[in-house]
Amino acid sequence: MQNRSLSFWLFLTPVIMGLGIVVVIPFLYGLFYSFTDWNGITANAFIGFENYIKLFQESEFMDSIWFTVKFAVVTVILLNIMGLGLALLVTRNIKSGNLLRTVFFMPNLIGGLILGFIWQFIFISVFGDIAGLTGIEGLNGWLSTTNTGFWGLVILTAWQMAGYIMIIYIAYLENIPKELIEAAKIDGASSFQRFKNITFPLVAPAFTVSMFLTLSMAFKIYDQNLSLTNGGPFNSTQMVAMEIVRTAFSDNQMAYAQAKAVIFFLIVAVIALTQVYYNKKREVEM
Amino acid sequence: MKKNKEKRNLISIEILGLLLGLIWIAPFYLMIVNAFKTKRDIFSGVLGFPEEAVFSNFVEAFIDLAFLKSLFNSVLITGLSIAIIILFSSMAGYALARNKSKLSGIIFFIFVAAMLIPFQSVMIPLVSIFGQADMLNAGGLIFMYLGFGCSLSIFLYHGAMTGISKSMDEAAIIDGANRFQTFWYIIFPLLKPISVTVAILNVIWIWNDYLLPSLVLSESNATIPLKMFYFFGQYTKQWHLALAGLTIAILPVIIGYFFAQKQIINGVSEGAVK
Repeated sequence: MQNRSLSFWLFLTPVIMGLGIVVVIPFLYGLFYSFTDWNGITANAFIGFENYIKLFQESEFMDSIWFTVKFAVVTVILLNIMGLGLALLVTRNIKSGNLLRTVFFMPNLIGGLILGFIWQFIFISVFGDIAGLTGIEGLNGWLSTTNTGFWGLVILTAWQMAGYIMIIYIAYLENIPKELIEAAKIDGASSFQRFKNITFPLVAPAFTVSMFLTLSMAFKIYDQNLSLTNGGPFNSTQMVAMEIVRTAFSDNQMAYAQAKAVIFFLIVAVIALTQVYYNKKREVEM
Repeated sequence: MKKNKEKRNLISIEILGLLLGLIWIAPFYLMIVNAFKTKRDIFSGVLGFPEEAVFSNFVEAFIDLAFLKSLFNSVLITGLSIAIIILFSSMAGYALARNKSKLSGIIFFIFVAAMLIPFQSVMIPLVSIFGQADMLNAGGLIFMYLGFGCSLSIFLYHGAMTGISKSMDEAAIIDGANRFQTFWYIIFPLLKPISVTVAILNVIWIWNDYLLPSLVLSESNATIPLKMFYFFGQYTKQWHLALAGLTIAILPVIIGYFFAQKQIINGVSEGAVK
Protein backbone atom coordinates (compact mmCIF):
# COMPACT_ATOMS: atom_id res chain seq x y z
CA MET A 1 0.00 0.00 0.00
CA GLN A 2 1.96 3.00 -1.25
CA ASN A 3 1.51 6.69 -0.41
CA ARG A 4 0.66 7.33 -4.02
CA SER A 5 -2.20 4.91 -4.02
CA LEU A 6 -5.69 6.23 -3.68
CA SER A 7 -6.66 3.60 -1.14
CA PHE A 8 -3.91 4.68 1.27
CA TRP A 9 -5.39 8.17 1.44
CA LEU A 10 -8.98 6.94 1.48
CA PHE A 11 -8.19 4.82 4.53
CA LEU A 12 -6.66 7.77 6.31
CA THR A 13 -9.05 10.56 5.35
CA PRO A 14 -11.61 10.10 8.15
CA VAL A 15 -9.06 10.14 10.97
CA ILE A 16 -7.01 12.92 9.42
CA MET A 17 -10.16 15.02 9.25
CA GLY A 18 -11.07 14.03 12.80
CA LEU A 19 -7.71 14.80 14.35
CA GLY A 20 -7.18 17.83 12.12
CA ILE A 21 -10.47 19.57 12.78
CA VAL A 22 -10.78 18.59 16.44
CA VAL A 23 -7.20 18.76 17.70
CA VAL A 24 -4.57 20.14 15.31
CA ILE A 25 -6.40 23.16 13.88
CA PRO A 26 -7.89 24.29 17.23
CA PHE A 27 -4.46 23.86 18.80
CA LEU A 28 -2.72 26.08 16.25
CA TYR A 29 -5.65 28.50 16.15
CA GLY A 30 -5.50 28.77 19.96
CA LEU A 31 -1.75 29.28 19.93
CA PHE A 32 -2.19 32.21 17.55
CA TYR A 33 -5.12 33.77 19.42
CA SER A 34 -3.30 33.60 22.74
CA PHE A 35 -1.23 36.53 21.42
CA THR A 36 -4.30 38.64 20.67
CA ASP A 37 -7.28 40.14 22.49
CA TRP A 38 -9.59 37.45 21.07
CA ASN A 39 -13.04 37.27 22.65
CA GLY A 40 -13.97 33.89 21.23
CA ILE A 41 -15.39 35.27 18.01
CA THR A 42 -13.19 38.07 16.78
CA ALA A 43 -9.77 39.44 17.61
CA ASN A 44 -9.06 43.14 17.20
CA ALA A 45 -5.44 43.51 18.08
CA PHE A 46 -2.24 41.55 18.24
CA ILE A 47 -0.90 42.15 21.73
CA GLY A 48 2.20 39.97 21.81
CA PHE A 49 3.07 38.43 25.14
CA GLU A 50 0.71 40.61 27.17
CA ASN A 51 -1.57 37.69 28.16
CA TYR A 52 1.42 35.63 29.15
CA ILE A 53 2.96 38.37 31.26
CA LYS A 54 -0.35 38.89 33.00
CA LEU A 55 -0.86 35.23 33.87
CA PHE A 56 2.51 34.93 35.54
CA GLN A 57 1.58 37.87 37.73
CA GLU A 58 -1.81 36.48 38.64
CA SER A 59 -1.70 34.80 42.03
CA GLU A 60 -4.82 32.69 41.40
CA PHE A 61 -3.27 31.02 38.37
CA MET A 62 0.10 30.47 40.02
CA ASP A 63 -1.66 29.08 43.09
CA SER A 64 -3.57 26.63 40.92
CA ILE A 65 -0.32 25.45 39.33
CA TRP A 66 1.32 25.02 42.71
CA PHE A 67 -1.73 23.17 44.06
CA THR A 68 -1.72 20.88 41.01
CA VAL A 69 2.00 20.13 41.36
CA LYS A 70 1.61 19.22 45.04
CA PHE A 71 -1.40 17.08 44.19
CA ALA A 72 0.50 15.33 41.40
CA VAL A 73 3.53 14.54 43.56
CA VAL A 74 1.41 13.10 46.38
CA THR A 75 -0.93 11.10 44.15
CA VAL A 76 1.85 9.67 41.99
CA ILE A 77 3.70 8.34 45.04
CA LEU A 78 0.56 7.10 46.77
CA LEU A 79 -0.97 5.50 43.69
CA ASN A 80 2.17 3.57 42.87
CA ILE A 81 2.55 2.25 46.40
CA MET A 82 -1.12 1.31 46.55
CA GLY A 83 -1.19 -0.12 43.03
CA LEU A 84 1.82 -2.33 43.63
CA GLY A 85 0.55 -3.33 47.09
CA LEU A 86 -2.86 -4.33 45.76
CA ALA A 87 -1.27 -6.17 42.83
CA LEU A 88 0.99 -8.18 45.15
CA LEU A 89 -2.02 -8.96 47.30
CA VAL A 90 -4.36 -10.23 44.59
CA THR A 91 -1.68 -12.23 42.75
CA ARG A 92 -0.95 -14.32 45.83
CA ASN A 93 -2.66 -17.66 45.77
CA ILE A 94 -5.75 -16.49 47.64
CA LYS A 95 -9.30 -17.61 46.94
CA SER A 96 -10.75 -14.13 46.71
CA GLY A 97 -8.06 -12.90 44.26
CA ASN A 98 -10.36 -12.47 41.29
CA LEU A 99 -13.19 -11.01 43.31
CA LEU A 100 -10.83 -8.46 44.83
CA ARG A 101 -9.50 -7.42 41.42
CA THR A 102 -13.05 -6.74 40.35
CA VAL A 103 -13.76 -4.74 43.49
CA PHE A 104 -10.59 -2.66 43.46
CA PHE A 105 -11.03 -1.81 39.81
CA MET A 106 -14.70 -0.87 40.01
CA PRO A 107 -14.39 2.87 40.80
CA ASN A 108 -12.49 3.40 37.54
CA LEU A 109 -15.54 2.65 35.49
CA ILE A 110 -17.61 5.35 37.09
CA GLY A 111 -16.97 8.89 36.07
CA GLY A 112 -15.01 11.29 38.25
CA LEU A 113 -17.97 13.64 38.41
CA ILE A 114 -20.26 11.07 40.00
CA LEU A 115 -17.56 9.74 42.31
CA GLY A 116 -16.87 13.29 43.49
CA PHE A 117 -20.52 13.72 44.44
CA ILE A 118 -20.51 10.44 46.39
CA TRP A 119 -17.40 11.47 48.29
CA GLN A 120 -18.87 14.87 48.94
CA PHE A 121 -21.55 13.04 50.90
CA ILE A 122 -18.93 10.97 52.70
CA PHE A 123 -16.71 13.88 53.65
CA ILE A 124 -19.61 16.04 54.77
CA SER A 125 -22.16 13.71 56.31
CA VAL A 126 -20.36 10.47 57.09
CA PHE A 127 -17.23 12.14 58.45
CA GLY A 128 -19.41 14.52 60.44
CA ASP A 129 -21.32 11.60 61.91
CA ILE A 130 -18.18 9.70 62.80
CA ALA A 131 -16.79 12.85 64.42
CA GLY A 132 -19.98 13.04 66.51
CA LEU A 133 -19.70 9.39 67.53
CA THR A 134 -16.01 9.30 68.31
CA GLY A 135 -15.38 12.88 69.33
CA ILE A 136 -12.60 13.30 66.73
CA GLU A 137 -13.13 16.96 65.92
CA GLY A 138 -10.71 16.86 62.99
CA LEU A 139 -13.22 14.94 60.89
CA ASN A 140 -15.63 17.85 60.80
CA GLY A 141 -15.82 20.21 57.86
CA TRP A 142 -13.55 18.26 55.56
CA LEU A 143 -14.25 20.17 52.41
CA SER A 144 -14.28 23.57 54.04
CA THR A 145 -10.54 24.10 54.49
CA THR A 146 -7.76 24.15 51.91
CA ASN A 147 -5.72 21.50 53.62
CA THR A 148 -8.45 18.95 54.21
CA GLY A 149 -9.87 19.73 50.78
CA PHE A 150 -6.50 18.79 49.33
CA TRP A 151 -6.47 15.48 51.17
CA GLY A 152 -10.08 14.90 50.22
CA LEU A 153 -9.09 15.13 46.56
CA VAL A 154 -6.11 12.86 47.17
CA ILE A 155 -8.26 10.23 48.91
CA LEU A 156 -10.88 10.31 46.16
CA THR A 157 -8.26 9.99 43.42
CA ALA A 158 -6.32 7.27 45.20
CA TRP A 159 -9.49 5.25 45.74
CA GLN A 160 -10.57 5.73 42.14
CA MET A 161 -7.29 5.08 40.35
CA ALA A 162 -5.42 2.56 42.52
CA GLY A 163 -7.27 -0.30 40.83
CA TYR A 164 -6.14 0.89 37.43
CA ILE A 165 -2.50 1.06 38.48
CA MET A 166 -2.96 -2.33 40.12
CA ILE A 167 -3.92 -3.80 36.72
CA ILE A 168 -0.70 -2.48 35.19
CA TYR A 169 1.44 -3.98 37.94
CA ILE A 170 -0.44 -7.29 37.72
CA ALA A 171 0.34 -7.51 34.01
CA TYR A 172 4.06 -7.24 34.76
CA LEU A 173 3.96 -9.43 37.87
CA GLU A 174 2.36 -12.24 35.92
CA ASN A 175 5.17 -12.12 33.39
CA ILE A 176 7.80 -13.00 35.97
CA PRO A 177 8.90 -16.58 35.31
CA LYS A 178 7.77 -18.86 38.14
CA GLU A 179 11.04 -20.81 38.00
CA LEU A 180 12.96 -17.72 39.08
CA ILE A 181 10.97 -17.42 42.28
CA GLU A 182 11.14 -21.17 42.89
CA ALA A 183 14.90 -21.21 42.42
CA ALA A 184 15.31 -18.37 44.89
CA LYS A 185 13.10 -20.21 47.38
CA ILE A 186 15.24 -23.32 47.09
CA ASP A 187 18.33 -21.19 47.61
CA GLY A 188 16.75 -20.08 50.85
CA ALA A 189 15.90 -16.47 50.01
CA SER A 190 13.37 -14.92 52.37
CA SER A 191 10.20 -13.46 50.92
CA PHE A 192 11.58 -9.96 51.43
CA GLN A 193 14.79 -10.90 49.62
CA ARG A 194 12.79 -12.44 46.79
CA PHE A 195 10.77 -9.27 46.48
CA LYS A 196 13.79 -6.98 46.59
CA ASN A 197 16.03 -8.94 44.23
CA ILE A 198 13.61 -10.53 41.79
CA THR A 199 10.12 -9.13 41.84
CA PHE A 200 10.96 -5.46 42.24
CA PRO A 201 13.56 -5.18 39.45
CA LEU A 202 11.30 -7.10 37.09
CA VAL A 203 8.27 -4.88 37.69
CA ALA A 204 10.32 -1.69 37.35
CA PRO A 205 9.10 -1.13 33.77
CA ALA A 206 5.55 -1.11 35.15
CA PHE A 207 6.57 1.79 37.30
CA THR A 208 7.64 3.68 34.19
CA VAL A 209 4.29 3.12 32.53
CA SER A 210 2.23 3.90 35.59
CA MET A 211 4.25 6.97 36.45
CA PHE A 212 3.54 8.35 33.01
CA LEU A 213 -0.16 7.63 33.38
CA THR A 214 -0.53 8.88 36.94
CA LEU A 215 1.41 12.06 36.26
CA SER A 216 -0.57 13.06 33.21
CA MET A 217 -3.81 12.03 34.89
CA ALA A 218 -3.01 14.08 38.00
CA PHE A 219 -2.26 17.16 35.92
CA LYS A 220 -5.38 16.91 33.81
CA ILE A 221 -7.86 16.17 36.59
CA TYR A 222 -11.03 18.22 36.32
CA ASP A 223 -14.30 16.37 37.02
CA GLN A 224 -13.34 15.25 40.53
CA ASN A 225 -12.19 18.75 41.36
CA LEU A 226 -15.46 20.24 40.14
CA SER A 227 -17.79 17.86 41.91
CA LEU A 228 -15.90 17.38 45.17
CA THR A 229 -14.77 20.86 46.18
CA ASN A 230 -15.76 23.04 43.23
CA GLY A 231 -12.41 24.72 43.85
CA GLY A 232 -13.49 26.04 47.22
CA PRO A 233 -13.00 27.43 49.75
CA PHE A 234 -12.11 30.67 47.93
CA ASN A 235 -10.64 28.87 44.90
CA SER A 236 -7.90 27.44 47.09
CA THR A 237 -8.38 23.87 45.85
CA GLN A 238 -8.72 24.82 42.22
CA MET A 239 -6.43 22.95 39.87
CA VAL A 240 -5.07 24.26 36.58
CA ALA A 241 -7.58 22.48 34.34
CA MET A 242 -10.47 24.00 36.26
CA GLU A 243 -8.86 27.44 36.43
CA ILE A 244 -8.69 27.52 32.64
CA VAL A 245 -12.32 26.49 32.19
CA ARG A 246 -13.37 29.19 34.68
CA THR A 247 -11.33 31.92 33.03
CA ALA A 248 -12.83 31.02 29.68
CA PHE A 249 -16.47 30.32 30.39
CA SER A 250 -17.23 32.11 33.66
CA ASP A 251 -15.06 35.18 33.20
CA ASN A 252 -15.34 35.16 29.40
CA GLN A 253 -11.68 36.04 28.91
CA MET A 254 -11.00 33.80 25.94
CA ALA A 255 -7.57 34.96 24.79
CA TYR A 256 -6.30 35.10 28.34
CA ALA A 257 -7.66 31.64 29.14
CA GLN A 258 -6.09 30.38 25.94
CA ALA A 259 -2.69 31.70 27.03
CA LYS A 260 -3.10 29.76 30.26
CA ALA A 261 -4.05 26.71 28.20
CA VAL A 262 -0.83 27.04 26.19
CA ILE A 263 1.22 27.16 29.41
CA PHE A 264 -0.73 24.14 30.62
CA PHE A 265 0.17 22.28 27.43
CA LEU A 266 3.84 23.18 27.85
CA ILE A 267 3.87 21.88 31.42
CA VAL A 268 2.22 18.58 30.45
CA ALA A 269 4.44 18.16 27.38
CA VAL A 270 7.68 18.90 29.25
CA ILE A 271 6.81 16.41 31.98
CA ALA A 272 5.88 13.71 29.49
CA LEU A 273 8.95 14.23 27.31
CA THR A 274 11.33 14.37 30.27
CA GLN A 275 9.91 11.11 31.43
CA VAL A 276 10.31 9.47 28.05
CA TYR A 277 13.88 10.76 27.87
CA TYR A 278 14.83 9.31 31.24
CA ASN A 279 13.24 6.00 30.39
CA LYS A 280 15.14 5.71 27.16
CA LYS A 281 18.35 6.44 29.00
CA ARG A 282 17.63 3.84 31.62
CA GLU A 283 16.74 1.26 29.02
CA VAL A 284 20.12 1.75 27.38
CA GLU A 285 21.89 1.23 30.68
CA MET A 286 20.00 -1.97 31.33
CA MET B 1 5.51 -27.76 59.21
CA LYS B 2 6.52 -25.31 56.53
CA LYS B 3 3.32 -25.97 54.60
CA ASN B 4 1.30 -25.04 57.66
CA LYS B 5 3.07 -21.77 58.10
CA GLU B 6 2.53 -20.90 54.48
CA LYS B 7 -1.13 -21.77 54.79
CA ARG B 8 -1.54 -19.55 57.84
CA ASN B 9 0.21 -16.77 55.98
CA LEU B 10 -2.19 -17.11 53.09
CA ILE B 11 -5.17 -16.97 55.41
CA SER B 12 -4.01 -13.75 56.98
CA ILE B 13 -3.42 -12.26 53.54
CA GLU B 14 -6.89 -13.37 52.52
CA ILE B 15 -8.40 -11.65 55.54
CA LEU B 16 -6.41 -8.48 54.89
CA GLY B 17 -7.60 -8.52 51.29
CA LEU B 18 -11.23 -8.94 52.24
CA LEU B 19 -10.99 -6.11 54.76
CA LEU B 20 -9.50 -3.83 52.12
CA GLY B 21 -12.22 -4.92 49.72
CA LEU B 22 -14.84 -3.90 52.26
CA ILE B 23 -13.22 -0.50 52.65
CA TRP B 24 -13.21 -0.20 48.87
CA ILE B 25 -16.92 -0.76 48.49
CA ALA B 26 -17.87 1.24 51.60
CA PRO B 27 -18.61 4.41 49.58
CA PHE B 28 -21.08 2.47 47.44
CA TYR B 29 -22.62 0.91 50.53
CA LEU B 30 -23.08 4.35 52.09
CA MET B 31 -24.58 5.70 48.90
CA ILE B 32 -27.12 2.92 48.50
CA VAL B 33 -28.11 2.62 52.15
CA ASN B 34 -28.77 6.33 52.48
CA ALA B 35 -30.60 6.53 49.17
CA PHE B 36 -33.30 4.44 50.86
CA LYS B 37 -33.65 6.78 53.83
CA THR B 38 -35.81 9.79 54.53
CA LYS B 39 -34.21 13.16 55.02
CA ARG B 40 -34.70 12.91 58.76
CA ASP B 41 -33.35 9.35 58.84
CA ILE B 42 -30.09 10.55 57.21
CA PHE B 43 -29.86 13.38 59.68
CA SER B 44 -30.04 10.99 62.63
CA GLY B 45 -27.33 8.65 61.33
CA VAL B 46 -25.69 7.69 58.05
CA LEU B 47 -23.97 4.43 58.90
CA GLY B 48 -26.82 2.06 59.65
CA PHE B 49 -29.67 0.60 57.66
CA PRO B 50 -32.78 2.71 57.04
CA GLU B 51 -35.57 2.33 59.58
CA GLU B 52 -37.93 1.84 56.75
CA ALA B 53 -36.84 1.59 53.11
CA VAL B 54 -38.15 4.50 51.06
CA PHE B 55 -38.55 3.87 47.35
CA SER B 56 -40.08 7.21 46.51
CA ASN B 57 -36.59 8.79 46.47
CA PHE B 58 -35.77 6.67 43.46
CA VAL B 59 -39.01 7.45 41.72
CA GLU B 60 -38.49 11.16 42.16
CA ALA B 61 -34.85 11.00 41.07
CA PHE B 62 -35.72 8.81 38.10
CA ILE B 63 -38.24 11.37 36.88
CA ASP B 64 -36.07 14.41 37.57
CA LEU B 65 -33.07 12.88 35.86
CA ALA B 66 -35.30 12.15 32.84
CA PHE B 67 -33.41 8.94 33.20
CA LEU B 68 -34.61 7.02 30.16
CA LYS B 69 -33.90 9.98 27.92
CA SER B 70 -30.45 10.60 29.41
CA LEU B 71 -29.68 6.91 29.14
CA PHE B 72 -30.79 6.91 25.52
CA ASN B 73 -28.61 9.95 24.76
CA SER B 74 -25.62 8.38 26.47
CA VAL B 75 -26.05 5.06 24.68
CA LEU B 76 -26.55 6.71 21.31
CA ILE B 77 -23.59 9.08 21.57
CA THR B 78 -21.22 6.53 23.08
CA GLY B 79 -22.32 3.77 20.69
CA LEU B 80 -21.95 5.82 17.51
CA SER B 81 -18.64 7.31 18.66
CA ILE B 82 -17.19 3.89 19.38
CA ALA B 83 -18.42 2.52 16.05
CA ILE B 84 -16.72 5.22 14.01
CA ILE B 85 -13.58 5.18 16.16
CA ILE B 86 -13.23 1.42 15.61
CA LEU B 87 -13.95 1.52 11.90
CA PHE B 88 -11.79 4.51 10.98
CA SER B 89 -8.91 3.84 13.41
CA SER B 90 -8.54 0.24 12.30
CA MET B 91 -8.50 1.35 8.66
CA ALA B 92 -5.85 3.95 9.46
CA GLY B 93 -3.81 1.55 11.58
CA TYR B 94 -3.87 -0.95 8.70
CA ALA B 95 -2.87 1.60 6.07
CA LEU B 96 -0.05 3.01 8.20
CA ALA B 97 1.31 -0.37 9.25
CA ARG B 98 1.32 -1.78 5.71
CA ASN B 99 2.99 1.24 4.16
CA LYS B 100 6.51 1.64 5.45
CA SER B 101 7.40 5.02 4.02
CA LYS B 102 8.75 8.17 5.58
CA LEU B 103 5.45 9.96 5.07
CA SER B 104 3.42 7.30 6.85
CA GLY B 105 5.95 7.38 9.68
CA ILE B 106 5.38 11.12 10.03
CA ILE B 107 1.60 10.74 9.97
CA PHE B 108 1.78 8.05 12.63
CA PHE B 109 4.04 10.24 14.76
CA ILE B 110 1.59 13.15 14.55
CA PHE B 111 -1.26 10.96 15.73
CA VAL B 112 0.74 9.67 18.67
CA ALA B 113 2.15 13.09 19.56
CA ALA B 114 -1.37 14.55 19.64
CA MET B 115 -1.99 12.47 22.76
CA LEU B 116 0.22 14.94 24.63
CA ILE B 117 -2.20 17.81 24.09
CA PRO B 118 -4.50 18.25 27.10
CA PHE B 119 -8.15 18.90 26.34
CA GLN B 120 -8.09 22.42 27.80
CA SER B 121 -5.49 23.46 25.26
CA VAL B 122 -7.86 22.99 22.35
CA MET B 123 -11.16 23.48 24.14
CA ILE B 124 -11.84 27.17 23.49
CA PRO B 125 -11.04 27.28 19.76
CA LEU B 126 -12.84 23.96 19.32
CA VAL B 127 -16.07 25.32 20.76
CA SER B 128 -15.62 28.52 18.77
CA ILE B 129 -15.08 26.68 15.46
CA PHE B 130 -17.92 24.24 15.98
CA GLY B 131 -20.18 27.07 17.15
CA GLN B 132 -19.57 29.04 13.99
CA ALA B 133 -20.26 25.95 11.90
CA ASP B 134 -23.48 25.41 13.85
CA MET B 135 -22.22 22.00 14.95
CA LEU B 136 -22.63 22.25 18.72
CA ASN B 137 -24.91 19.22 18.83
CA ALA B 138 -24.79 15.45 19.20
CA GLY B 139 -23.42 14.99 15.68
CA GLY B 140 -20.62 17.44 16.34
CA LEU B 141 -19.89 15.76 19.66
CA ILE B 142 -19.55 12.33 18.03
CA PHE B 143 -17.13 13.77 15.49
CA MET B 144 -15.12 15.34 18.31
CA TYR B 145 -14.90 11.97 20.03
CA LEU B 146 -13.45 10.54 16.82
CA GLY B 147 -10.78 13.24 16.89
CA PHE B 148 -9.91 12.70 20.53
CA GLY B 149 -10.23 8.93 20.51
CA CYS B 150 -8.46 8.01 17.27
CA SER B 151 -4.85 8.56 18.42
CA LEU B 152 -4.68 5.85 21.07
CA SER B 153 -6.85 3.58 18.94
CA ILE B 154 -4.60 3.91 15.87
CA PHE B 155 -1.60 3.27 18.10
CA LEU B 156 -3.14 0.03 19.36
CA TYR B 157 -4.25 -1.13 15.90
CA HIS B 158 -0.87 -0.27 14.43
CA GLY B 159 0.79 -2.44 17.07
CA ALA B 160 -1.61 -5.31 16.47
CA MET B 161 -1.01 -5.25 12.70
CA THR B 162 2.59 -6.40 13.16
CA GLY B 163 1.17 -9.74 14.22
CA ILE B 164 -0.76 -10.21 10.99
CA SER B 165 1.24 -11.60 8.11
CA LYS B 166 1.42 -9.69 4.85
CA SER B 167 0.74 -12.89 2.92
CA MET B 168 -2.86 -12.55 4.09
CA ASP B 169 -3.25 -9.37 2.04
CA GLU B 170 -1.34 -10.77 -0.91
CA ALA B 171 -3.51 -13.86 -1.13
CA ALA B 172 -6.66 -11.76 -1.07
CA ILE B 173 -5.35 -9.37 -3.72
CA ILE B 174 -4.39 -12.30 -5.98
CA ASP B 175 -7.92 -13.64 -5.55
CA GLY B 176 -9.16 -10.35 -6.96
CA ALA B 177 -10.19 -8.47 -3.84
CA ASN B 178 -9.62 -4.74 -3.73
CA ARG B 179 -8.00 -2.99 -0.77
CA PHE B 180 -11.22 -2.31 1.04
CA GLN B 181 -12.50 -5.86 0.58
CA THR B 182 -9.16 -7.21 1.77
CA PHE B 183 -9.36 -5.05 4.84
CA TRP B 184 -13.00 -5.68 5.63
CA TYR B 185 -13.19 -9.43 5.00
CA ILE B 186 -9.67 -10.57 5.92
CA ILE B 187 -7.92 -8.09 8.23
CA PHE B 188 -10.72 -6.55 10.26
CA PRO B 189 -11.99 -9.91 11.62
CA LEU B 190 -8.42 -10.77 12.65
CA LEU B 191 -8.25 -7.51 14.61
CA LYS B 192 -11.24 -8.44 16.72
CA PRO B 193 -9.37 -8.89 20.03
CA ILE B 194 -7.78 -5.46 19.73
CA SER B 195 -11.12 -3.97 18.66
CA VAL B 196 -12.57 -5.18 21.96
CA THR B 197 -9.75 -3.45 23.83
CA VAL B 198 -10.21 -0.25 21.82
CA ALA B 199 -13.96 -0.35 22.45
CA ILE B 200 -13.56 -0.82 26.20
CA LEU B 201 -10.94 1.89 26.64
CA ASN B 202 -13.00 4.40 24.68
CA VAL B 203 -16.32 3.49 26.27
CA ILE B 204 -14.91 4.15 29.72
CA TRP B 205 -13.96 7.73 29.02
CA ILE B 206 -16.67 8.69 26.55
CA TRP B 207 -19.49 7.32 28.70
CA ASN B 208 -18.20 9.24 31.72
CA ASP B 209 -17.11 12.42 29.98
CA TYR B 210 -18.61 15.53 31.49
CA LEU B 211 -16.73 18.63 30.33
CA LEU B 212 -17.06 18.20 26.57
CA PRO B 213 -20.81 17.44 26.60
CA SER B 214 -21.31 20.37 28.98
CA LEU B 215 -19.81 22.66 26.34
CA VAL B 216 -21.62 21.11 23.40
CA LEU B 217 -25.02 19.77 24.43
CA SER B 218 -28.12 21.52 25.69
CA GLU B 219 -29.83 20.23 28.82
CA SER B 220 -32.56 18.53 26.82
CA ASN B 221 -29.97 16.39 25.00
CA ALA B 222 -27.85 15.76 28.06
CA THR B 223 -25.93 12.55 28.65
CA ILE B 224 -26.05 10.90 32.09
CA PRO B 225 -23.03 12.72 33.63
CA LEU B 226 -24.22 16.09 32.34
CA LYS B 227 -27.77 15.52 33.55
CA MET B 228 -26.37 14.34 36.87
CA PHE B 229 -24.56 17.65 37.24
CA TYR B 230 -27.76 19.66 36.80
CA PHE B 231 -29.66 17.27 39.01
CA PHE B 232 -27.14 17.45 41.82
CA GLY B 233 -27.10 21.22 41.77
CA GLN B 234 -30.84 21.12 42.34
CA TYR B 235 -30.63 18.82 45.37
CA THR B 236 -27.51 20.01 47.16
CA LYS B 237 -29.00 19.94 50.61
CA GLN B 238 -31.26 16.94 50.04
CA TRP B 239 -28.98 13.96 50.24
CA HIS B 240 -31.77 11.36 50.14
CA LEU B 241 -32.71 12.48 46.62
CA ALA B 242 -29.17 13.23 45.47
CA LEU B 243 -27.96 9.78 46.53
CA ALA B 244 -30.91 8.04 44.89
CA GLY B 245 -30.05 9.90 41.68
CA LEU B 246 -26.40 8.90 41.92
CA THR B 247 -27.37 5.28 42.48
CA ILE B 248 -29.56 5.28 39.38
CA ALA B 249 -26.86 6.97 37.32
CA ILE B 250 -24.30 4.32 38.27
CA LEU B 251 -26.59 1.36 37.71
CA PRO B 252 -25.97 0.90 33.95
CA VAL B 253 -22.20 0.81 34.53
CA ILE B 254 -22.48 -1.72 37.35
CA ILE B 255 -24.72 -3.95 35.23
CA GLY B 256 -22.29 -3.70 32.30
CA TYR B 257 -19.37 -4.50 34.59
CA PHE B 258 -21.19 -7.49 36.01
CA PHE B 259 -21.53 -9.05 32.57
CA ALA B 260 -18.17 -8.13 31.10
CA GLN B 261 -15.75 -7.79 33.99
CA LYS B 262 -13.21 -10.19 32.55
CA GLN B 263 -13.09 -8.51 29.14
CA ILE B 264 -12.97 -5.08 30.75
CA ILE B 265 -10.04 -5.88 33.01
CA ASN B 266 -8.19 -7.71 30.22
CA GLY B 267 -8.88 -4.85 27.84
CA VAL B 268 -7.52 -2.27 30.23
CA SER B 269 -4.42 -4.30 30.99
CA GLU B 270 -3.86 -4.86 27.27
CA GLY B 271 -4.10 -1.13 26.63
CA ALA B 272 -1.85 -0.20 29.52
CA VAL B 273 0.97 -2.56 28.67
CA LYS B 274 1.24 -1.59 25.02
